[in-house]
Amino acid sequence: MAGLERIILGQPLFAGLAPAIATAVCGCARNVRFEPDQYLLREGAPADELYLIRQGAVALQIHAPGQMSRIVSTLGPGEILGVSWLLPPYRWSFDACALEPTHAIGLDARCLRDKCEADHDLGYELLKRVAGQLVRRLHASRLQMLDVYRSPVA
Amino acid sequence: MNAAVVPDPWVPRPHRITAVQQEAADTVSLELSGIEGPTGRFEPGQFNMLYVFGVGEIAISLSGDPDDHGRWVHTVRSVGAVSAAITRLARGDIVGVRGPFGSAWPLNQALQRDLVIVAGGLGLAPLRPAIHHVLHRRPGYRRVVILIGMRSAGEILYRAQLERWREALDIELEVTVDRPDGAWRGHVGVVPTLIGRLGLDPAHTVALVCGPEIMMRFSANALCDAGVAPANIHLSMERNMKCALGLCGRCQFGPTFICKDGPVLPLARIAGILALREV
Repeated sequence: MAGLERIILGQPLFAGLAPAIATAVCGCARNVRFEPDQYLLREGAPADELYLIRQGAVALQIHAPGQMSRIVSTLGPGEILGVSWLLPPYRWSFDACALEPTHAIGLDARCLRDKCEADHDLGYELLKRVAGQLVRRLHASRLQMLDVYRSPVA
Repeated sequence: MNAAVVPDPWVPRPHRITAVQQEAADTVSLELSGIEGPTGRFEPGQFNMLYVFGVGEIAISLSGDPDDHGRWVHTVRSVGAVSAAITRLARGDIVGVRGPFGSAWPLNQALQRDLVIVAGGLGLAPLRPAIHHVLHRRPGYRRVVILIGMRSAGEILYRAQLERWREALDIELEVTVDRPDGAWRGHVGVVPTLIGRLGLDPAHTVALVCGPEIMMRFSANALCDAGVAPANIHLSMERNMKCALGLCGRCQFGPTFICKDGPVLPLARIAGILALREV
């Protein structure tokens, strides 16, 4: 097994992937590294590469003119950065900036999309795994909106 | 020979406030010393009933170092009549104290295992004695992880102490906030999201969780998803308390009384009722 394939299969997102699917995914992958304050994604840019974070932390940000960027959430090891690659128009909705030295697996979005269209078993397996992260992130966002740290009256 | 005098658990004993530390805009830590005698020992996770004369009495967790036998520390946020009155007290004022009451964090169960401490908001206060206990006995534990969720950077409790702990090379400490200001460079998001990133060894992990009940449910789910057994996940539950002795029933939580059987309870014991709105 090649080094990159071993790294990818070592990620919880891809654990237990069937060998043929793993090989196909690895064919779209590369190792990447980002320095602190380096942007991985820019709002409005083509969603042509997503990242699976191996190490480090990345802030999802949104900006408004005349204001500092506001961090919406931070992502860490084992998490996918970027979901807009899945659906048209394939454009990022947020900025993403490394907060610390960050190692990730870059996955070519067009390559992955083409393989998912050509092999629906691969596509379904990949979507199930990505959807699991999306659901957890949705739940976390709802919890974040609840303002749970306000104490009951005592 | 006179028998040792056991304090009447119904009668508040006067304690003098020896120091007040402003922790956040609405939160203070009070140091108390006994007037009639030294403060007693307590176990991490236990609470006292604090009585503001003429106002009322509420349950407040002990938040200081359990190995510091000369004083008790309580951290109080102003949210109601009694807690607001407590936060207005000054050095030299006197409060009534009953306790300590309740169950403790099972720190012996965590010996020679990984320990994950998950705190949300003021839930850090009941966990701080456990952290002190563990750090005093660090070789007895394997990996020690402290995850803290706060509403915003301005509400982070014990900031100087957290910075010292974070600099220690033998513990992992992460703070995340729900609402960052422009200067915040740390994690943003709810604290359960940090659990999935830890790469836990679930068969050898004990977790202690304290915070708002919704946050504890999500954290418990994240720990279970990571493979930690419910018997090894412990939550500190909160209900309004009156007697603190398991007699009045005010804090009944299903078949348990939070004051007497809790506040620290294993998830395995309460999982079935944790999400029931009727309790």
